[in-house]
Amino acid sequence: MAANLATWRRIKNRIAMTMAFLAMAFGLFWLFWILITTLDLGIASLSPKLFTQMTPPPGSEGGLLNAIVGSLLLVSLGTLLGTPIGILAGIYLAEYGKHTWLGRITQFLNDILLSAPSIVIGLFVYAIYVAQAGHFSGYSGVIALAMLVIPVVIRATENMLLLVPNPMREAAFALGAPKWKVIVKVTLRASIAGILTGVLLAIARISGETAPLLFTALSNQFWTLNMNGPIANLPVTIFKFAMSPYKDWQQLAWAAVFLITMGVLALNIIARVVFRPSKHT
Amino acid sequence: MSSTRQGKLGDWIFFNLTRFFALFVLLMLGGTVASLVHGAWPAIERFGWGFLWSGEWNPPMERFGALIPIYGTLATSLVALVIAVPVSFGIAIFLTEMAPVWLKRPLGIAIELLAGVPSIVYGMWGLLVFSPVFATYAQPMLANTLGKLPLIGELFSGPALGIGILSAGVVLAIMTIPFIASVMRDVFDVTPPMLKESAYGLGATTWEVVWHVVLPYTKVGVIGGVMLGLGRALGETMAVTFLIGNMNVFGGFSLFLPGNSIASALANEFAEADSPIYAASLIELGLILFFITFIVLSLSKLLLMQLSRRGGRET
Amino acid sequence: MPGLTTQISIRKFDFYYGKYHALKNINLDVYSRKITSFIGPSGCGKSTLLRTLNRMYDLYPDQRAVGEILLDGLNILDRGVSVNELRAKVGMVFQKPTPFPMSIYENIAFGVRLHEQLSRVEMDDRVEWALRKAALWEEAKDKLQYSGMSLSGGQQQRLCIARGIAVKPEVLLLDEPTSALDPISTMRIEELLNELKEDFTIVIVTHNMQQAARVSDFTAYMYLGELIEFGVTDEVFVKPKMKATEDYITGRFG
Repeated sequence: MAANLATWRRIKNRIAMTMAFLAMAFGLFWLFWILITTLDLGIASLSPKLFTQMTPPPGSEGGLLNAIVGSLLLVSLGTLLGTPIGILAGIYLAEYGKHTWLGRITQFLNDILLSAPSIVIGLFVYAIYVAQAGHFSGYSGVIALAMLVIPVVIRATENMLLLVPNPMREAAFALGAPKWKVIVKVTLRASIAGILTGVLLAIARISGETAPLLFTALSNQFWTLNMNGPIANLPVTIFKFAMSPYKDWQQLAWAAVFLITMGVLALNIIARVVFRPSKHT
Repeated sequence: MSSTRQGKLGDWIFFNLTRFFALFVLLMLGGTVASLVHGAWPAIERFGWGFLWSGEWNPPMERFGALIPIYGTLATSLVALVIAVPVSFGIAIFLTEMAPVWLKRPLGIAIELLAGVPSIVYGMWGLLVFSPVFATYAQPMLANTLGKLPLIGELFSGPALGIGILSAGVVLAIMTIPFIASVMRDVFDVTPPMLKESAYGLGATTWEVVWHVVLPYTKVGVIGGVMLGLGRALGETMAVTFLIGNMNVFGGFSLFLPGNSIASALANEFAEADSPIYAASLIELGLILFFITFIVLSLSKLLLMQLSRRGGRET
Repeated sequence: MPGLTTQISIRKFDFYYGKYHALKNINLDVYSRKITSFIGPSGCGKSTLLRTLNRMYDLYPDQRAVGEILLDGLNILDRGVSVNELRAKVGMVFQKPTPFPMSIYENIAFGVRLHEQLSRVEMDDRVEWALRKAALWEEAKDKLQYSGMSLSGGQQQRLCIARGIAVKPEVLLLDEPTSALDPISTMRIEELLNELKEDFTIVIVTHNMQQAARVSDFTAYMYLGELIEFGVTDEVFVKPKMKATEDYITGRFG
């Protein structure tokens, strides 16, 4: 009886561990499938034309130059707009607001914003900007992307500042430094690697965001740097081209997917491996 | 002397600057709700509560109801959870209890990378690569096995199109796994080692430790993680838009059928909504989506907060 | 006492953490250019008392001080007192080394810049002066631009002392400065304190009684938030007036 029980327990454990192993394999399987497809179809459609020609009408030759440049513009401006706001608000949460109603509510709602549907953010920017201005524009896309950057950066800033050991703060105060100097010169500096990681992850996230751009930056068939009008970008181009029945458009979409995926994965890996938050204690 | 006064002024400015931007986040969220309500107002006025349970979506006749997109949103998310929760649980067990130390980090990163792949990539891959395979192999197999069962058989009936609620749900599951698995792994790691060691010390197997010690201890956090995944799945736009089929007519409960989700309806139709009431109805859909995800994500956050508070006390 | 100048005098001093009465009616004088040590079992309030001397408690809500602490005749507990100026006069070194995330040079210059505007050359001199005072110059002069974290634990603590004295305070507070260090680093810091007392008034909290006996001129024994005995170190250790003190220092305590 006892021997039976022990055997049964061992078998049950064996089964559970096998299932866990299979679950792990299942997760990795999809990652590899997606990566292999992207590499396979993406590399096949790579050509120098991607970087020299504009997005074409169906049936003619073209590249992705306007979409690449548009995406770079949108993402970099969105990051530049969102990062300082996120860092400042994150500083408030970690250094001032821990025990205030504003701090607690903001902290709570920020975590919700972090996972809120990005398409709703697009609707919001459409309502406050596009509908008022009367036309789609790069600037509205920048605002929508910045709104996605902000919660990520807030989270990273807050977490990293809270990791700074309190004695380091006290030591700076003990020298007679005013609080803002303690924060800017000491605690923020101590957490800069972690905050940078957060910014990189935020960039990775918005590089592939499509939904909030649909009603803001929209897309543009042509070359433009005018941020006050619709502007081409990779995600919306992929959406349009992939859903189309044209083979040459689909091929360009694969090339765009390849560029975005490689960029985003590289950012993720850099953020996690290179900028692993160093410990300052 | 003057440096001190500067310090005080500097402190005042810096404090208010950071506080302004913390407030700004609240304004952002409040503004989102306000602008959605404002934009949806014509539809709210015209259709009232009936909007929520009317299954009609007829732009030419200007009659709109949210039932079909709400159904599609919930159905795809539920399919996703049914697949993602057990898989994520397995992954979390593997990462915390089984994997050798040198593998933990790379495997953890690999799973997190799955979350990093943009949803547009899932969408395109799902439509052009996954769905043909799914229609050729998986769907017939499901129809011949689960489809033969009473009651749930109906869920797996009908033609294998490769697109529809089921395939959107499966791709959604792949996208949700990393979120749930990471939270589960993190909360499993919170379990005090002494607690686990005392169970191992009694001769418990790994599975018994996980099932009887780790899981009860982290239950709240695990549910919080599942809710987080659900919140993500509900609002996911691009991948679902590619795969759900964008059909606004209810054809039955089979998961093989195409349908529509709130986010996909917005993505597909908003730019071409020509009449004001059409646009307002779409915005009301957005409001409903925001409302549902807000509740789900709030619950998730509350549960995770509860776990971290308890963890802080007991360790 | 003859030949001594009072630097800090604590009068009828009470301290509260929320409702908890942590320090009760403390009366104590700290003499100029001497080393005063606070000893006593954990939780007796010795660190709390130390941290009121530069109003470190201001950082935390719910902490409240009542009474008088006169520094050069001025009550530092008064609302009008600028804590930043106070902290320029009263430096502090903590249990664990707390180098800032910047170079060795910048670690020291940081505090100086808060209170003085020095030219590049003057700053270089000040940094060297402080490092020499802290007996770190020989080890650090070739790597002033290296991160402060690249130093060993004992060196880091001497860097923190250098950082504290670079501001030229009158008083230097040390909160168990050697508790995280090995015996050799501890010995160097103790030698250092002996030299530093020519220029600074030093208050040190320690739970190492030999250390208190070795380095300090005056010793205060505290227990459960009260000052039990205060006097010249040799007398406190050799013939304590109170039974409780004797029990503690002879190890019969608890």
